[in-house]
Amino acid sequence: MASSRLLCLCPASWSTPILVRFFEWFGDFGRFCGRLARTGFAPPYEREEFVHQLSEVGARSLLLVGLAGAATGVVFSLEARDSLLRFGAKPLLPTIIVLSILKESGPIITGLIVSGRVGASIGAELAAMKVTEQLDAIEASAVDLYKYLVATRVLACVLMLPLLTVAADFCGVVMGWVATTLTDPIPLRLFVNSGFARVGFNDLLPATLKTAVFGLIIGLVACFEGMRARGGTAGVERAAASSVVYASIFIILADVVLVRIILVFFP
Amino acid sequence: MNAATPQAAVQVQSVHKSFGAQHVLDGVDLQVAQGETLAILGQSGTGKSVLLKLIIGLQQPDTGSIRIHGQEVAGSDMRKMNELRQKIGFVFQSAALYDSMTVEENVAFPLKRHAQLSDADRRTRVQELLASVGMEEALGKMPDEISGGMKKRVGLARALALAPDILLFDEPTTGLDPITSAEIGELILKLQRERKVASIIVTHDVQVARMVADRLALLRDGRILITGTFEDLKNSHDAFASKFLSSAWQG
Repeated sequence: MASSRLLCLCPASWSTPILVRFFEWFGDFGRFCGRLARTGFAPPYEREEFVHQLSEVGARSLLLVGLAGAATGVVFSLEARDSLLRFGAKPLLPTIIVLSILKESGPIITGLIVSGRVGASIGAELAAMKVTEQLDAIEASAVDLYKYLVATRVLACVLMLPLLTVAADFCGVVMGWVATTLTDPIPLRLFVNSGFARVGFNDLLPATLKTAVFGLIIGLVACFEGMRARGGTAGVERAAASSVVYASIFIILADVVLVRIILVFFP
Repeated sequence: MNAATPQAAVQVQSVHKSFGAQHVLDGVDLQVAQGETLAILGQSGTGKSVLLKLIIGLQQPDTGSIRIHGQEVAGSDMRKMNELRQKIGFVFQSAALYDSMTVEENVAFPLKRHAQLSDADRRTRVQELLASVGMEEALGKMPDEISGGMKKRVGLARALALAPDILLFDEPTTGLDPITSAEIGELILKLQRERKVASIIVTHDVQVARMVADRLALLRDGRILITGTFEDLKNSHDAFASKFLSSAWQG
């Protein structure tokens, strides 16, 4: 089902070979990014819309991201405790929980959760505006779509992802402690001191900041898919779905590359 | 083909436009002087709306020239295009109001970006614009809380926000009852008298076209088949023109 929808995303025709559509997509996406780079970030700036998008992307995702981070902390605590007990390494439980969450789980879960919530939201919003001629109306008002709609959303995603990741990390560590202390009571201060004892700059900052790249991917892909939508309500649905699917795929691929780069530069 | 005259607000010369294998416009020529109103008639799918979008640069012609007050639209860079667009008001068939904004915010949208006004002055200007189309009561309403005819009026107020020299209307009365259609027609006439803009109205509504337009043009097979007054077209020897007008008038 999902794959058949992906195939019909491209506005060309069904008869166009999939390989051609694949390269067409990247060609169009490259032009889209080039246009954004040329005109999207030049003054005057759309401050009001940018602040609105910060709220849409950040504040409205906070609860979901926090819950996902908390669930991850609980699951890590339960799963890791059993495994560590087998090797007599139970004292390492706080460190394992903290490191796992900070270095990988927090960032990737935040990226995927936001790609679902915000990616679908931006994709559907812009697609609905496209099929109801609102995008044409903005252009007809001599307003640059890339500056007003795309740059504001992309920048909001880039700025908000690291902050949401910090929130997910915080909820994960706290709930990891709660789950741990329910089976083996341990004071929060001791859990935190023990967990963060071996955490350095290289563990925290690069892993958190890499989510800015996830934000860039979510913003770009969702705006691109939304603005190329066509075909009424079905087109809006396809744009929302493809925004989430493509952004998630690119986030996973980017994560692999970024982890490798981080290991090289921040060993 | 006439050379551009100083009076021409809009000049379209030999414009061709295709979408894939479908040739929508096949050498369109037309000219509208400042203060003149031209109604473009034609069957559905003959490219009337495409022509309007080409004039305001929302789409690009394959070949041909489109000039606004002598300045070429086709191929203009974004800055130049946006300067030209500030001289043009576009009223969309669907009104195309921004559905996440109130009526007031819709009309204020172009003013916020292109007019150096204080918040209070902008609000006053929005109220004046809405009053000019009889919609001052709808200031705080959302687009989904007003009727189709009211949306068209708000769309017209938004198009007038930057005091354009040229107005483009895409099917201004489609989907409206005859009384509301007549009201929209009268509103367009009133605006023409007060503002002396050049207007191009794409419509199926022959009654409204006859009411508001100085000239009518009939688009067929991607070309302007005939241009003239309503009487010229009705009495034309062209069988299609007289048949189209007679059937549309009776309908």
